Amino acid sequence: MKLILVAGFVFFQAMLTGIVYADYAPQEFTNPEQKERYIDLIEDLRCLVCQNQSLADSNADLAQDLRQEVYEMVTSGDSNEDIIDYLVARYGDFVLYRPPFKSTTYLLWLGPFIFLLIGVLIVISILRRQKAVALDEEERRYAEQLLDEDHTGNKK
Amino acid sequence: MWKKYTPLLIFIILVVFLGVGLRLDPRKIPSPLIDKPIPVFSLLQVKDASRTLSSSDFNDDVSLLNVWASWCVSCREEHPILLDLAKKGVVNIYGLNYKDDRNDAVRWLDYFGDPYRASAHDLEGKVGIDFGVYGVPETFVIDSKGIIRYKHIGPVTEEVLNEIILPLINKLRNPMS
Repeated sequence: MKLILVAGFVFFQAMLTGIVYADYAPQEFTNPEQKERYIDLIEDLRCLVCQNQSLADSNADLAQDLRQEVYEMVTSGDSNEDIIDYLVARYGDFVLYRPPFKSTTYLLWLGPFIFLLIGVLIVISILRRQKAVALDEEERRYAEQLLDEDHTGNKK
Repeated sequence: MWKKYTPLLIFIILVVFLGVGLRLDPRKIPSPLIDKPIPVFSLLQVKDASRTLSSSDFNDDVSLLNVWASWCVSCREEHPILLDLAKKGVVNIYGLNYKDDRNDAVRWLDYFGDPYRASAHDLEGKVGIDFGVYGVPETFVIDSKGIIRYKHIGPVTEEVLNEIILPLINKLRNPMS
């Protein structure tokens, strides 16, 4: 048991280091505000090659090139919108981890709320149906009679 | 009565959705460049570094732009198909040699054959980025006005060629028929 715990811990650690120490290609910044923007951007842009990693996480060649591109644009004074437009024009909305709200993504954005609404409707209909099972006079009397008895059937 | 079949119905709906999901290829990302002019570029040619290949060379006829590299293993898979196309003279094929060493590229062409009218040498991959390249090989179908009409990601197969690329080339050449 202890061994399993230790193994699990080591595995977890390995996973953590994998995430934290991906090749970040440290860049030189003279302006701390630009550095912050650069890091925010590459963490929010998706790598096209390893699709579940951001540009910051990925070691793929293309991710390195795109990081370089973002770096050059940030240091030459382009705004975040300029940089995002530049990448979207080439790779599509796919590079964004936050897809824009437009006709092709309505279902994506609204889907959860639609399912929530369906769930609420189902709950309401179940509750309504339960209310419909009210007791009539005779059943009520029988129920009261049962409640008045103890488990051996004698009156309390 | 129908209540009995509700679980079955839910199961069938789930299976249909999962089945469709399995058939989608998450690597095929729609390119925003379709129906847009090719990005402006001018690069030195792989075999003859004194000449350039540029975006203006795509203005005379329908052509293919194939992104390739000597380090790209699946490029070898599609290469015979491109060679065959070039031999039959069906369409002009240009190459974009992506992030490759020039000597390696030339040797690769000498060894496997050269289907390209010319290949542009994109050592740094900047033009590749402008074309939205993310997985070599990629093949663009470009019409005679230099507009990108189709992009295929991954090696071109006989199936893709015969069912998509060749019909599209015909349609672009004879828009009336």
